[in-house]
Amino acid sequence: MGNRTPLFDAHRAAGAKIVDFGGWDMPLHYGSQLEEHHAVRRDAGVFDVSHMTVIDVSGPAAVSFLRHCLANDVARLDEMGRALYAVLLNASAGIVDDLIVYRRNGDFRLVVNAGTREAVLANINSHAAAFDVSVVHRGELAMLAVQGPAAVERVVGICGLTGIDALAPFSMLERDDWMIARTGYTGEDGVELILPDDAIAGVWSDLLAAGVVPAGLAARDTLRLEAGLNLYGQDMDAKTHPLEANLGWTIAWRPETRDFVGREALTAIREAGSRWKLTGVVLEGRGIMRHGYRVITEAGEGTVTSGIFSPTLGYSVALARVPRAAAGACEVEIRGKHWSARLVRPPFVRHGVRVHK
Amino acid sequence: MSEFPAELRYAPSHEWARVEDEGVVAVGISDHAQDALGDVVYVELPEVGQDVEAGEEAAVVESVKAASDIYAPVSGTIVAVNTLLEDAPETVNQDPYGDGWFFRIQSRDDAELDALLDAQTYAEHCESESP
Repeated sequence: MGNRTPLFDAHRAAGAKIVDFGGWDMPLHYGSQLEEHHAVRRDAGVFDVSHMTVIDVSGPAAVSFLRHCLANDVARLDEMGRALYAVLLNASAGIVDDLIVYRRNGDFRLVVNAGTREAVLANINSHAAAFDVSVVHRGELAMLAVQGPAAVERVVGICGLTGIDALAPFSMLERDDWMIARTGYTGEDGVELILPDDAIAGVWSDLLAAGVVPAGLAARDTLRLEAGLNLYGQDMDAKTHPLEANLGWTIAWRPETRDFVGREALTAIREAGSRWKLTGVVLEGRGIMRHGYRVITEAGEGTVTSGIFSPTLGYSVALARVPRAAAGACEVEIRGKHWSARLVRPPFVRHGVRVHK
Repeated sequence: MSEFPAELRYAPSHEWARVEDEGVVAVGISDHAQDALGDVVYVELPEVGQDVEAGEEAAVVESVKAASDIYAPVSGTIVAVNTLLEDAPETVNQDPYGDGWFFRIQSRDDAELDALLDAQTYAEHCESESP
């Protein structure tokens, strides 16, 4: 038996197919991952993401500590409630995790992946020794992601907090012990709710009663890939640096005086030029690209890191690590046969609509 | 819970066979199989007129999870294929024993049918395969 969120029984009651996900018993789907995906693009779906890790960082040196640890710069969070997407690097510029950091009233909240919980806490705590900060893993908090064009309306409907409507993307508000952030992992509008774990079951049933569709890990994967978002462990790991993971944009190089962990190693990589890049692949024909498949380009060979059948587009799309100069037409090897494909910049779907003609 | 209609015969590789008139056998995949595969997105069917041998690959099902080969349960000639599955592959999940049929074979050898499992034995086989 793996770890279970407070909603395990609710998932079973909703017909979930439960699978192991990094040591957690989680819902893969509730009958049809395709239907759940469509519900998020067209209306509203809800994901139990309580397995993710919430870490609060406080203390007089919290800002300088996070400016030291993270490759993006929390000094850019110029207002309370703002958030940014960042990577946590090791000294070799390998990615320990990707995360979102929120500026709260006096402290910071990091939301980090489930599978990297131990690695991230070990990494952060090793750096914290030199700073006057307190690092607390908030294991008693649960989390839901409500995503889709109707998501905000449904959440406002059940909690009455009309301030959510006015929240800009990548910002959050707090009321009592709820944190509501206009962030997500699907490419749609929506919110992520962080609240005490004894409150989550009631919110879940209120959302379902309001017509929000429960959605599992399989739909979560197809939605994020259509939106061009990376999955740690698939598209990148501790041996991958940000410039070969399509995450160069998250690195705050300026000011040059900010010495963040991994800066020196990443600078050397940037100056030499990264050998690889992560980019998108669109397949022609009725096949499905999957993790590990070979990508053959004029600039050399690469590998699919994440591949799916795209429910919104009706064909297969993937992220792949290929030689930096690779572009245009390529081939993907699927079960021994070579299929025509082309390299494109992600995302594949934006606001529910196909990006590439 | 998976369904195992009693009037069908089954292969251990999860295809079902329905004996129809004049030696024609309809073939599809079982409820257990469609559930294990997840949402079906592509089906690659054989050609009408193609000869198949029992136990050889005759079709391919591509689901969100993986691609799976579908094996002919009996030998013979393909006399019909279910073109509905080209535009509506989800029919395999929704109605695996009815509208989700894959192909029909004009069979050659009745004895091959006897080698297939009955519903009870197949159900036990599925049970033994599950973790």
